[in-house]
Amino acid sequence: MIPLSWYLIFAAALFCIGLYGVLARKNAIAILMGVELMLNAVNINLVAFWRYLAPQRIDGQVFAIMVFAVAAAEVAVGLALVISVYRRRHTVAADEIDMMKW
Amino acid sequence: MTPLQVIFLITAAVTLVAALAVVTRQNLVHAALFLVLSLFGVAVFFVLLEAEFLAVVQVIVYIGAIAILMIFAVMLTRKVASDDTVAANRNAGWAGLIAAGLFFILVIMLSAWSGFYTQAAELSRPGVDTADLGQAMLVELGEHLVSPQAYVIPFEVASVLLLAALIGSLVIAWPRIKKEA
Repeated sequence: MIPLSWYLIFAAALFCIGLYGVLARKNAIAILMGVELMLNAVNINLVAFWRYLAPQRIDGQVFAIMVFAVAAAEVAVGLALVISVYRRRHTVAADEIDMMKW
Repeated sequence: MTPLQVIFLITAAVTLVAALAVVTRQNLVHAALFLVLSLFGVAVFFVLLEAEFLAVVQVIVYIGAIAILMIFAVMLTRKVASDDTVAANRNAGWAGLIAAGLFFILVIMLSAWSGFYTQAAELSRPGVDTADLGQAMLVELGEHLVSPQAYVIPFEVASVLLLAALIGSLVIAWPRIKKEA
């Protein structure tokens, strides 16, 4: 059988890859993709902990569904912001969007 | 090695390689397609964890909606998404160092935890035989989401959040009509 450790190590690796994407990518859409990877890693952890430590309750799956809802809201607003910025500045490179930099 | 372990390892390898391609590919359309592959791998993990409903939701919400939205956004901002620009910013070295360091810290801290090698107990519900277990779990999940003793308030808050996100993204992305000066 698969021990819990495999899922935790996999989720940690996926989270760190997403973190690298958020920190290193120039394009704002690519940064959002990194955030999606991180949210997925968190979801795997939530469901794995539910399955291994508290399978007699259903709460772990409820938490994962809340993460789904928040991720959908986040990506909709994020991409709307990206498209709005692109329309005004003709760029989506995160280091060129510096209107609010003092 | 049991067949389940082999499936786990193959899925993990595919998902992680696809995730690496998402964060390193120059061409953002390719990155978005690799994101679809990676999200599909996560759906396979939900099946392995016996959360079949979440696997279906993962395919519908993430692959069917979020990834397609990403591809639309990439195509609407096509000029900057082309291949000739450098994908990584000048902090890429530091970012890689931080990500790798965080991974090793996480693994070291987790391996010190006593529950690290827990094996899964058999999934069961009292009075339900294994053939009806999936349906019983789904009914339980649905009842928990709308029960006042459980999660009805987070459920309603999530619906308000989705409505706010819908209206907010419409307002943000609405094309500005030129006013006469």
